[in-house]
Amino acid sequence: MTTAMTTVSATASAVASRKKRTSSVVFHVLVLAIAAVILYPGLWMVMSSFKPNGDIVGNVNLWPETWTLDNYVSALGGIGGVSFWSFVLNSLILAVGSVVGIVLSATVSAYAFARINFPGRGVYFAIMIGTMLLPFHVVIIPQYILFNSMGMVNTFLPLLAPKFLATEAFFVFLMVQFLRGLPRELDEAARIDGCGHWGIFRLVLLPLMRPAVITSSIFAFIWSWNDFLGPLLYLKQPETYPLPIALRIYVDQTSVSDYGAQMAMAVLALVPVLLFFVLFQRYLVDGVATQGLKG
Amino acid sequence: MSATTTERGRQAGRGSARGTTAQPSPARGGAAKPPRNRSDTRAGYAFLSPWLLGFGLLTAGPMLMSLYLAFTDYNLFRAPEFIGIDNFTALFADPRFLKSAQVTAIYVLVGVPVKLAAALAVALLLNAKHRGQGTYRSMFYAPSLIGASVSVAIVWRAMFIDDGVADRVQQFFGLPGGGWVGDPGMTMPMMILLAVWQFGAPMVIFLAGLKQIPAELHEAAAVDGAGPIRRFVSVTIPMLSPVLFFNLLLETIGAFQVFSSAFIISGGTGGPADSTLFYTFYLYIKGFTEFRMGYASAMAWVLVVVVGIITAILFRTSRAWVHYTGDVR
Repeated sequence: MTTAMTTVSATASAVASRKKRTSSVVFHVLVLAIAAVILYPGLWMVMSSFKPNGDIVGNVNLWPETWTLDNYVSALGGIGGVSFWSFVLNSLILAVGSVVGIVLSATVSAYAFARINFPGRGVYFAIMIGTMLLPFHVVIIPQYILFNSMGMVNTFLPLLAPKFLATEAFFVFLMVQFLRGLPRELDEAARIDGCGHWGIFRLVLLPLMRPAVITSSIFAFIWSWNDFLGPLLYLKQPETYPLPIALRIYVDQTSVSDYGAQMAMAVLALVPVLLFFVLFQRYLVDGVATQGLKG
Repeated sequence: MSATTTERGRQAGRGSARGTTAQPSPARGGAAKPPRNRSDTRAGYAFLSPWLLGFGLLTAGPMLMSLYLAFTDYNLFRAPEFIGIDNFTALFADPRFLKSAQVTAIYVLVGVPVKLAAALAVALLLNAKHRGQGTYRSMFYAPSLIGASVSVAIVWRAMFIDDGVADRVQQFFGLPGGGWVGDPGMTMPMMILLAVWQFGAPMVIFLAGLKQIPAELHEAAAVDGAGPIRRFVSVTIPMLSPVLFFNLLLETIGAFQVFSSAFIISGGTGGPADSTLFYTFYLYIKGFTEFRMGYASAMAWVLVVVVGIITAILFRTSRAWVHYTGDVR
């Protein structure tokens, strides 16, 4: 009797585990199929950059038949006498400047929203959330007129100043949400120890905000690095071009002829983004996830 | 617009109420606030000063200015000349404007649902507990990070150009080629594919939402005899509706503002036959290549109003289909 029971349950568990294994196989086959489609354009770009120029368009195969670095040589040659590294440097200045500006302005603004009780706070908060829904194209023309009248076209200021003034509500909101998760008792304890708001912010909360600051920094860097419209509006001299604009000029110049160099330059322009992605994917993906849940 | 912002504020407040500390959310006025004092007020404005300055100088001020410019003829070199509603009447008689509105509308109406459907489907697939879930999640998210970059637009153009990779795939299935980039009938599917390729960001948000659905709900439904489809319709969808709403709102607003990929793929023209002339692209052309800044401002305000109306409609209808659990109002 007991032996019969065990055999039955053993068969049942064998069936269950086989079922589980089948579903696992189906899962992995499906997911790998999706992954192949998703990754193909990126892999095609990277591999094409190592193919001879005539062998790129229309070549479905990823693996180059003959490897070449010629594309990178011409991509690194720069455009119209301006070195490739000048574009990299401009992109870097803009991206690092954005990170600094956003971290400074968003942390203090978020502290005001999350931790200080003052009249008008609710209204400002609602407005701040509202600006996240606003199509920002409504402000680009007046902003351009404003910066143009101050003689700031062809400088980085029109692109960096807004970051120091917390205009990107996404970051403020992300940090407000993070601050709300930190216990209020911390503030109280610091207050009893004689801290004012600046002390509470600087000594107690800011160090604890590290994860939110890291997430924001990565996003700020990548968004600035990839930004096209901003530099397109304000930077009109080749010496001031960041990579996306240089890339566009390059494509327009070489047009049909040099797909190899286009691919090489496209790859080079994405290197920092991919680097950040590989190193910090958890921060990025979790940042997106919490933003959606709490928003 | 103000109705929508308070709604959003309430939503945000809900998020904090769920958190660990019982602290009054700034969006919710009224009851049980600790007493205020003047030094708090001073500190509040001091800490908020970057945002206040930014909002005043770079958002509110410019918005008012563009509202004024919308009623003027202005080209940056001469003083604005007040012309009443001429810009708006000209807009609706401008075939290129109407074309750009049409292109954008199709992109939003088709692209957003397809992208969200893909995101939800893959999120449901990944939500099944299997090994490697985290890796796949990151992998699928990657295109969202680079999708709007010039690099990807260049790759897209190279892949969909005449005799390109997309043509080869079509030929493999016995379909005629000819390239998508140069065919006015095919550029929209190409742009939508580029959008759908970036399904990762909404997928990550869906996944996080799915994780929050208590397993007991599914178990209870199963005990009551509900099959997988019934459970999906009656448990998953209602429980996921706040996240669905959030994604719908964000993706819709985002889709209205697509610019750089269309710019790069069409070589800055919006062609062929204006088939990639998205709304913001035409706005850019009017404002910054033709320097008709009054006209472009009118366009910008039409966009604000349209997006505002759509947001308001979404919030209105959301009361009927978005289900907030444990939300005591």
